[in-house]
Amino acid sequence: MLSRTAENLYWLARYMERAETMARLLEVGYRMALMPSAGEGYRNEWASLVAAAGSAAGFEAKFGEEVRQRDVETWLFFDRENPSSVVSCIETARQNGRAVRTALTSEMWDALNGAYLELREIERRPRSAAHLPQLCDWTKRHGAQLRGATEGTHLQNDGFDFLNLGTYLERGDNTARLLDVKYYVLLPTTDMVGGSIDTYQWTTLLRALSAYRAFHWSYGGEYSPRKIAHFLILNRACPRSLLHCQEKVGEHLGRLAQAYGRRIIAHDRLGVMLGELAEARVQDIIDEGLHEFLTRFIYQNAALGQDVADGYLSGSTTMRLPTCA
Amino acid sequence: MLASSAREARRGGEAAIGIFNEMFDGEKVRPAYAGLVDWVERTPREVLEQKKQEAEALFRRIGITFAVYGEGGDTERLIPFDMMPRVFTEREWRRLERGVKQRARALNAFLWDVYHRAEIVRAGVVPADLVFRNEAYEPAVVGIDPPGRVYSHIVGIDLVRTGPEDFFVLEDNCRTPSGVSYMLENREIMMRMFPELFRSTRIAPVDDYPERLRRTLASVASPKCDGEPVSVILSPGAFNSAYYEHSFLADQMGVELVEGQDLFVQGDFVYMRTTEGPKRVDVIYRRIDDAFLDPLCFRPDSMLGVPGLMNVYRSGGVTICSAPGSGVADDKAVYTYVPEMIRFYLGETAILKNVHTWKCADPEDRKHVLANLEDLVVKEVHGSGGYGMLVGPRSSKEQIAAYAERIKANPSDFIAQPTLALSTCPTFVAEGLAPRHVDLRPYCLVGREVHLCPGGLTRVALTEGSLVVNSSQGGGVKDTWVLAD
Repeated sequence: MLSRTAENLYWLARYMERAETMARLLEVGYRMALMPSAGEGYRNEWASLVAAAGSAAGFEAKFGEEVRQRDVETWLFFDRENPSSVVSCIETARQNGRAVRTALTSEMWDALNGAYLELREIERRPRSAAHLPQLCDWTKRHGAQLRGATEGTHLQNDGFDFLNLGTYLERGDNTARLLDVKYYVLLPTTDMVGGSIDTYQWTTLLRALSAYRAFHWSYGGEYSPRKIAHFLILNRACPRSLLHCQEKVGEHLGRLAQAYGRRIIAHDRLGVMLGELAEARVQDIIDEGLHEFLTRFIYQNAALGQDVADGYLSGSTTMRLPTCA
Repeated sequence: MLASSAREARRGGEAAIGIFNEMFDGEKVRPAYAGLVDWVERTPREVLEQKKQEAEALFRRIGITFAVYGEGGDTERLIPFDMMPRVFTEREWRRLERGVKQRARALNAFLWDVYHRAEIVRAGVVPADLVFRNEAYEPAVVGIDPPGRVYSHIVGIDLVRTGPEDFFVLEDNCRTPSGVSYMLENREIMMRMFPELFRSTRIAPVDDYPERLRRTLASVASPKCDGEPVSVILSPGAFNSAYYEHSFLADQMGVELVEGQDLFVQGDFVYMRTTEGPKRVDVIYRRIDDAFLDPLCFRPDSMLGVPGLMNVYRSGGVTICSAPGSGVADDKAVYTYVPEMIRFYLGETAILKNVHTWKCADPEDRKHVLANLEDLVVKEVHGSGGYGMLVGPRSSKEQIAAYAERIKANPSDFIAQPTLALSTCPTFVAEGLAPRHVDLRPYCLVGREVHLCPGGLTRVALTEGSLVVNSSQGGGVKDTWVLAD
């Protein structure tokens, strides 16, 4: 398939996944705002959300230093100046989809274009009519609809692999960031570990990842950072865990290698990453430091994305593409 | 009920003396529409209204929109679809078909000729200036022999009707006529909305058009092509007004939809960038203008084209459809010579008539035009899309005076034609069914064979009395039926 088509499919999936993450983040903020304030020494939850979304500088430039709920909602959901807002993500996803209209099934286009059209409706309504939990649900629902349409109607060919590469590379990145936020940003002082706020934050994170009940099934009732870290990083049954995402990336890279009869550098890098992750124990991660581990993961995951871009999406003009053994 | 509307449509036809109503002959229904009268009178208004909304939702969902230039805001708009079909009998169509194919052959013969020995100019049939000083004439392709000597592979002929047997050609489109996706989608929508109509009437199918187009393109692949020819559609991208059509056709034909950046030249061939590495391309159905094809040969600032493409084309490594330089045949001034071309190349008499055209470059003609502006339609020679034209009978004194100044300033940029009494077809409007003026663009495919798709794009001027059918000027579209006996 055309490299540009593959690129559009890949980014279409990435942006839809990112839109969902923004909605999940907002949900975290909303739930945390329902908690009685923890008083001084405790940073504003909304500020940490913006930091987690990776757009603190842009936010401050536009709204100033004080972080208000309404501004954060605007910034993370509606604002076109924020390239990662839900509105921006869905528009970018649709642009990518529109550019490769022929590579999408009509069900997929319906899901994508339908989301876009409804979004325009939502924007036309007065803000007072926009309730955050509904907006979050709406976003997640449309993400699910597109994935369902993809799963159910798209040919399981290379295009399908590029869509999935986008989804799982983005999802791995997003889970790592959310986890990092909980650990590093939300709870700045270690003496609060284990307290009621700590527990509340963990459950909120699990809820935002739609993994609250799943965690209970897997681990019983007790929350501990170790268990949750294990669940979100190393449990391959959790569809948002880092290991699961990497395995999915591996699966689709493997299918591409088979279909094209050649491997690219991404295959090697993934092999190394997956080897480490599959062998890792929670203790290793704690020893390294969760934040350090997650930072390393995000970096490697990004490098993997670059390998995929170089190997498949950039459209090399050399008659024989660089391959590796 | 629509019975009253149907009568109204009839009255409208009677009121406008001299205008040919395609459905009603006075109180009588013409044979082509016999199968539709019942349907119109039987179907409650509310049902039609509801179907209309369903159709619109469907169009928007599947993304059939077109961009309107010169307007801010929402650049994706729906083209209004009218549910009342426009119908031709098989007999009427057979004659049209012969006429359109004849014209398509002559236009291609003309193109080959003007890029070789230009016999038609030597013979004094077409003035040299009109060809060689034409903006669309492309010196870069002189002497090149495109496969099958075909230059224009998709010819769209714009026709109007003024009487039972009277069809006139308004203009020829030899470059990249658009609108065929509407022809296909309009039919699709009609079949979904009113399947019973298609059970009771035998209507020639149009849905094989994409497959025929694919075969047409493959049939003109260069002799250097070994194996199955690889065809692509080259589009300027998602922001082009016809992008939907480009992607729709690519989808239906099962070929790649590429942009300039997806193609590159290496050695003697053109390749596309794929996830599996470079893949050779044999035929390019381009939907971008000549000027943008190759920055090394034409406009150096073009971001849409492929550097080096013309070199490959010249050496026969790739076929470009339509061939660069095809525009010289569909110029509004060259148009006036098409009947002579038909005689010159084919030794036949033109089956379809031309509209009498005054060339403002000619002093005699110009005098006549300026004296009779209020009765004429004046068009820019290189214009398209209904932009910048003057419809004399429907313009104010001031507008006419202003236009006269433009003509005097650049006379050779304008041609004028009499205001034709365009035929009407009943059309659903707010008040019910009423006659509205229509035109027709059928699509003729020219490869190793010539094929005319039985149908086409009927455009309708939705404003009462208006003669301008362009979608950019508030026109709509209809499904076009050719009855199969």
